Amino acid sequence: MLDIAIHLLVLFIYPPLLLGFIAKTKAAVAGRSGPPVLQPYYDLAKLLRKGAVYSRTTTWLFRAGPIASLAAVISAGLLLPLASSTAPLGFAGDVIAFAYVLAVARFFTMAAALDVGSSFEAMGASREATFGALAEPALFVVLAILAVSARSVGFSDIFGAHQFFSWDATYAVFIVSAIALFAVLLAENSRVPVDDPATHLELTMIHEVMVLDHGGVDLAFILYGAAMKLFLFATLLVRLVFPMGGRGLGESLLILLGGTLTVAIAIGVVESVMARFRLVRVPQFLIGAFVLAAVGLAVLFHRGIP
Amino acid sequence: MSAASRGTVRVRNGGVVALGALPPLEPDEFRAVCGVALTAGGRLVALPAFALGTDDGRDVFAVIANDDESELTVTRTRLARGAGFDALTPEFPEAQAFERELFEDHGIIPVGHPWLKPLRQAHLKTDAAQHTFFSVDGDGIHEVAVGPVHAGVIEPGHFRFQCAGEDVLHLEIHLGYQHRGAERLLVLGSPARRIAVAESIAGDTAVGHALAYAHVIESLAGVRPPLAAQTIRGLALELERVANHVGDLGALANDVAFLPAAAWFGRLRGEFLNLLMALSGNRYGRGLVVTGGVRFGLPSDMRQAFTAKLAETEADLRATAETLFSSPSVSSRFEQTGVVSDATAEDLGLVGVVARASHVARDARRDHPIGIYRFVHIPLALAETGDVMARAVVRWIEVQRSLTFLREQIAELAEGPLRTPSTAADSFAPDSLAVALIEGWRGEIAHVAATNGSGDLRGYKVVDPSFHNWFGLAMALRDNAISDFPLCNKSFNLSYAGHDL
Repeated sequence: MLDIAIHLLVLFIYPPLLLGFIAKTKAAVAGRSGPPVLQPYYDLAKLLRKGAVYSRTTTWLFRAGPIASLAAVISAGLLLPLASSTAPLGFAGDVIAFAYVLAVARFFTMAAALDVGSSFEAMGASREATFGALAEPALFVVLAILAVSARSVGFSDIFGAHQFFSWDATYAVFIVSAIALFAVLLAENSRVPVDDPATHLELTMIHEVMVLDHGGVDLAFILYGAAMKLFLFATLLVRLVFPMGGRGLGESLLILLGGTLTVAIAIGVVESVMARFRLVRVPQFLIGAFVLAAVGLAVLFHRGIP
Repeated sequence: MSAASRGTVRVRNGGVVALGALPPLEPDEFRAVCGVALTAGGRLVALPAFALGTDDGRDVFAVIANDDESELTVTRTRLARGAGFDALTPEFPEAQAFERELFEDHGIIPVGHPWLKPLRQAHLKTDAAQHTFFSVDGDGIHEVAVGPVHAGVIEPGHFRFQCAGEDVLHLEIHLGYQHRGAERLLVLGSPARRIAVAESIAGDTAVGHALAYAHVIESLAGVRPPLAAQTIRGLALELERVANHVGDLGALANDVAFLPAAAWFGRLRGEFLNLLMALSGNRYGRGLVVTGGVRFGLPSDMRQAFTAKLAETEADLRATAETLFSSPSVSSRFEQTGVVSDATAEDLGLVGVVARASHVARDARRDHPIGIYRFVHIPLALAETGDVMARAVVRWIEVQRSLTFLREQIAELAEGPLRTPSTAADSFAPDSLAVALIEGWRGEIAHVAATNGSGDLRGYKVVDPSFHNWFGLAMALRDNAISDFPLCNKSFNLSYAGHDL
């Protein structure tokens, strides 16, 4: 019970803090003081108090989009073990469910964007579909590395007993897959170098342009869902390189929170030191991540499963 | 000033044409003379039409720059509303906007012009000006309309893209939303307000337009500002150039999400605006230039502070530019994006940074020096590739050269009066036309003014560099990704207000 309570508390309260840390890191590198780390919470509180304006050209789909997306991300959050080895929801194959529940979230965001009937939002949806389809193989190969090494497609088995802490070739596989996963994380969460969450230029946006017409509570749901999705990917990454199996709950919680904050700072550093890719280069980046992970998987098979 | 051939007069930049020496040609002859001058390496600078006579007819002047000879050829015809001449545009595309303007503002018909699309006043919907957008049909072709209200706090303009997927087949730029009647205000408004109007033509080029205005008025009034004032004017113009170029470099970095350079250039731009503030009392240099001189000088105690600040800021600038230009991810975005070939730049008569980035060597400071630039030469900055990178590099080179100029001129600043008595510029030579070209930070600013027989200002034409260059942006986008439009747009950084007047 304590496990589940902590899981829910962390899942619902913690994610926006990551966005605050990313912003703070970027500000620090640029020599600015930047917004307070709690700014995402203030923004959400502000948006939740606002009303919404709906275009007459939109249908129920437009209003359903943010709710369905957030619901899908929360479902994914219930499938992924955070600090303990089990999640509130767990079953054989939950690894695959996790990936596809997130795809459901994307589907509804895109459907709501298309519903607006604006050329900007449709371009955003088109880019999101393309890059989503290219990011998916890389994510699946990383998940396959985990599943193969644990001989199970359940998160609780994967993150349960295994300790990948010997510095041998197998561990290198996890380093490689962590790099691939970080690339997927940047793409899936519309961060630089794939997307620019800070831009106001609608012609260059991917994710932001799809939600241009949402406001108020709807926008709060979208931002909250985005923060949670980022947190889930960061958790996956932390658990991949820093296994917590066999550790106490307190220690695991510390690793989770510290690890995800480190990921946030890493994202902030990446966003500070490099420019965004030209849009046509994004597929190369994602295919590169896929190839990297695939090589990792091949090495894993070649070396034999531990 | 010499009459080189019948019906033309050649003057230096800042010179005055006595209209008595320039009888109007027949429209056909006018067209032929323009054609000869443009073929011989001339460049159309302005094509104003003024109502100088007592009837409804218009005196149409063509001002053509011969960059190699540092001279301007002026010719003249007289046309009634509804009359016309054979359009220059089919042979000289650089005339396209000028001829559209003649048609829109004066009802003069450039016969054979391919597309008399309204330039600024599409909303008037006169029959002839009825505008439909160019469109492309076919499988997978889609149209994207952006503006006139934009997501950022920028000026209004409408952009219509015809796209195949992510690729732009054609971009049509539709302006006019900022039309305020600046030229009418300059002619009809109170003389005391005129310079404020000139400073407001394009808010980011306050010094450039004020200088062009001051030179035209001084030429008409026969006033020569003192040398110390010329230097201060040069300092202000170069400070304006540096501030805007630095701001542009930051904005380019921001558009590719390269944060450190965006933040630092943004801060450094402020330093130069602050220097302008210290010099003139206004961050954009407003109120500094007056006809006959300048309001403020640079007392010797301020020179030290200026020099120290420039040195400190220049070191920061170099470090930031190094960060920007040495970052491979930035080069990957800047290179081969939005290429304007030198042939296109020549054909369209592009000016300023954009032209020089495409290896078209034109800079009014070098080709048509006026004021301090007659004594001090700033080397031309040229690049070859015509892409976003070239436009960024040209800006950076110009920043460095302007800083050198600033340093040297502040060190050698002459003492002396800063302006002629303020009443000196009140009466103008009758029947005269004055032309001034100023290389503003964006490019060549041309002001043309004309007086009637009793010395009243009857016509005023402003040509902002943006007027030449907007079409270049449309061409730069051909076969580029629509997602690169904001970057290309920023690398041109054209003025909507300057175009719309």
